[in-house]
Amino acid sequence: MHEMSLAEDALHIIEDAAKKQGFKRVRTVWLEIGKLSCVEQEAMRFCFEAVIRDSVADGARLEIVETPGQGRCSQCGGKFQIATLYDACPKCGSYTMQVIAGDAMRVLELEVE
Amino acid sequence: MMCATCGCGAGQVFIRGKSARQPGKPDEPMHFRARGSKVRAEDIVTKAAETSRIVRLEQDILARNDACANANRKRLAEAGILALNLVSSPGSGKTTLLVRTLRALKGRMALAVVEGDQQTDNDAERIRATGVEAIQINTGKGCHLDAQMVARAMQQMTLPEGGVLFIENVGNLVCPAAFDLGEAAKVVVLSVTEGEDKPLKYPDMFRAASLMLLNKCDLLPHLTFDAELAIEYARRVNPDIRIIRISATSGAGMEEWLDWIAGSCRNTRQHVATMAA
Repeated sequence: MHEMSLAEDALHIIEDAAKKQGFKRVRTVWLEIGKLSCVEQEAMRFCFEAVIRDSVADGARLEIVETPGQGRCSQCGGKFQIATLYDACPKCGSYTMQVIAGDAMRVLELEVE
Repeated sequence: MMCATCGCGAGQVFIRGKSARQPGKPDEPMHFRARGSKVRAEDIVTKAAETSRIVRLEQDILARNDACANANRKRLAEAGILALNLVSSPGSGKTTLLVRTLRALKGRMALAVVEGDQQTDNDAERIRATGVEAIQINTGKGCHLDAQMVARAMQQMTLPEGGVLFIENVGNLVCPAAFDLGEAAKVVVLSVTEGEDKPLKYPDMFRAASLMLLNKCDLLPHLTFDAELAIEYARRVNPDIRIIRISATSGAGMEEWLDWIAGSCRNTRQHVATMAA
């Protein structure tokens, strides 16, 4: 359940922003969770709801933006959308796809007051 | 009190049996919100236009861990230390392999071990029996080591200058994958008493590792485990992964593993020399 640590780190980023930018309440949090990142969305929702209690983000709505995975084949150089870390290249069939996008975990935006 | 699900509160982490709680920081449990108290999303949206504003952050969730990991890495590099993060599922033979490795390297270079487990000092005791310094981190209910825990452990130990720091992570093929500790490389141990498809089932870990040690190979004649298939699966997830077949019991493959460590130590020294130049 590493999502608990990640949810705590996300809250830390939000609290830091609250201090620097002077907002008192967070209404909505947008997280980017890449399809190839190591996060299970439901686990993240569960943990996030737990960690935001009594914080500046207490009661905030969580919006998860899932970004698709993208890989580049080391053999043929083609760029393709991939669903797992072990997809074969759809063009040449080689298992040498290097992930180039879709593994990020970021706090994108907040709606604050 | 602690979180009933995973207890990841800082109050659960112990280093050398002492609480790792940081002075001045609250040791709050993570209470779970009653679902009934949740504000309805539509209520928020209706009022939103009146007083709210959007703040763009675009910050990596792991940034804090990664910054601490980079500070660890800098400190280790300055002392010319090769740090290896050993990861695997529970029961892969990680500690036995580590004990044999330490006995082989002792006297040739400075060594130290950081041991991560949820509970008990047992593994650190096994390491100390080799004469090598070991510091135990108990993560409580936590499922992985993070860079802050390793930073605090490093402050409490004699660092093996010019040698190797082995960090034995909590036995878990899922959670430790995301957390950089400041190591030079992750080494994943897969034993032949597990399934060949572990690399596909837990791809994050095999992708994050530089080296896979296929352990307990002495048992292969008694098992239906297909070593070639396991290696093929590991390479599907991570085409660049180096693989060594090994047995901590018979000693087969140990020389190749020790050579890999020696090569990595040379790289560390070259890196230090480049930094100094």
